Amino acid sequence: MIPAAFEYYRPKDMAGVLSVLVEHGDDARVLAGGHSLIPMMKLRMAEVPHLIDLQDVEGLRGISVDGNTVRIGAMTTQNEIINDDQLVAAAPIMREAALQIADPQVRYMGTVGGNVANGDPGNDMPGLMQCLDATFHLVGPDGEREVAARDFYEAAYMTDRDDDEVLTAVSFSSTVGGYAYEKQKRKIGDYATAAAAVLLVKDGDTCTSASIAMTNLSDTPIYSEAAGAALVGTSLDDAAVSAAIDAMLGDIDPTQDNRGPIEFKRHAASTILRRAITNAWSRT
Amino acid sequence: MSNKKVFKLTVNGEEQEFLAEPRELLIHTLRERLGKTGPHIGCETSHCGACTVTLNGKSVKSCTVFVAQADGAEITTIEGLGNPDNLHVLQESFKEHHGLQCGFCTPGMITRASKLLEENPNPTEQEVRFGMAGNICRCTGYQNIVKSILAAAAEMNAAKEAAE
Repeated sequence: MIPAAFEYYRPKDMAGVLSVLVEHGDDARVLAGGHSLIPMMKLRMAEVPHLIDLQDVEGLRGISVDGNTVRIGAMTTQNEIINDDQLVAAAPIMREAALQIADPQVRYMGTVGGNVANGDPGNDMPGLMQCLDATFHLVGPDGEREVAARDFYEAAYMTDRDDDEVLTAVSFSSTVGGYAYEKQKRKIGDYATAAAAVLLVKDGDTCTSASIAMTNLSDTPIYSEAAGAALVGTSLDDAAVSAAIDAMLGDIDPTQDNRGPIEFKRHAASTILRRAITNAWSRT
Repeated sequence: MSNKKVFKLTVNGEEQEFLAEPRELLIHTLRERLGKTGPHIGCETSHCGACTVTLNGKSVKSCTVFVAQADGAEITTIEGLGNPDNLHVLQESFKEHHGLQCGFCTPGMITRASKLLEENPNPTEQEVRFGMAGNICRCTGYQNIVKSILAAAAEMNAAKEAAE
């Protein structure tokens, strides 16, 4: 319950953030909503001698939809995602997923940037960002760079972000066609036993585009290119859906924990993906 | 080693200024420093919501906010919603509908419910259950809490209509 002492910084711009990160390296961390980091600090599983609060840093908040490009500032909260009508119109899967994350109090504080940068395979937004083929925007002492969400995750809590970089925004194209975020969980606020993000486009009776990503079924989110490919060109008959599920099962690598043994998680993943595909198809 | 700093909070309309370490959790500031012992601590993993207060218009779990983050904020605790001589509609309703037993979750429940009804003045039963999902209760089985909140909503809406 009692976190260790730290130096606290509340800079007003990114230059102020980067100067602390560069000076203290591994000993410094940014604080966004605080709803993963503070719990870890309370259990003394994370030690952060220099804590940089991003709440006053200019330019990190807000949602913009420009043409068909959606950009969400890293400090935008889950609650803001749920209540933004423009975003709901441009990418309704964002709202559907955010409503399955945590609980009301956590959603007022927790941010999209914190969710995707955390690196915990239990987080829901990383798989969703891979399904959307999102781009992550990072800034560091050497300037800005972009990384595809599909290339960002290396292992549990290990990402492509360098210690002296800050994730400032995510962006992606607005979605067309059907969508679904389906999540199997033990109770409100729990990380998924299995979850699936699905986007489908239909022309006549034929699926012309499919994107599928899975959550908490490996030490990273899993974008299953093969699962999507199994659906494209089909009318989503039983054989096609089963082929997509088999392809997904070939890409995931769940571990046993108190959410269940490996075989159960594979079963849950199959069920949840079938449900997500059916739901997304019905919305095309 | 201590790195205390001066922090300012407005709690239930009253300005407070004090020295504290940045790592102090807001729930400890409220309870131990400012004497607001209504908000409680029921866990150390941010699940139970017994510490819920309203911070700058949001329902937050004050066990998961450093006092340094809250510097300059406006906070409402259960003590600011009503008192024994002048109960808030929700407080009256929890009493009327037996929405509490041990009373440990009640301050967080009512504080959260006050924000829920502000954002959604006419919720369905399902919306109340989902909107209160960040608050755990060990005694009531939730049924009477839902009744209390729905009854309070009806009463607040009737009062608003009468005033118009």
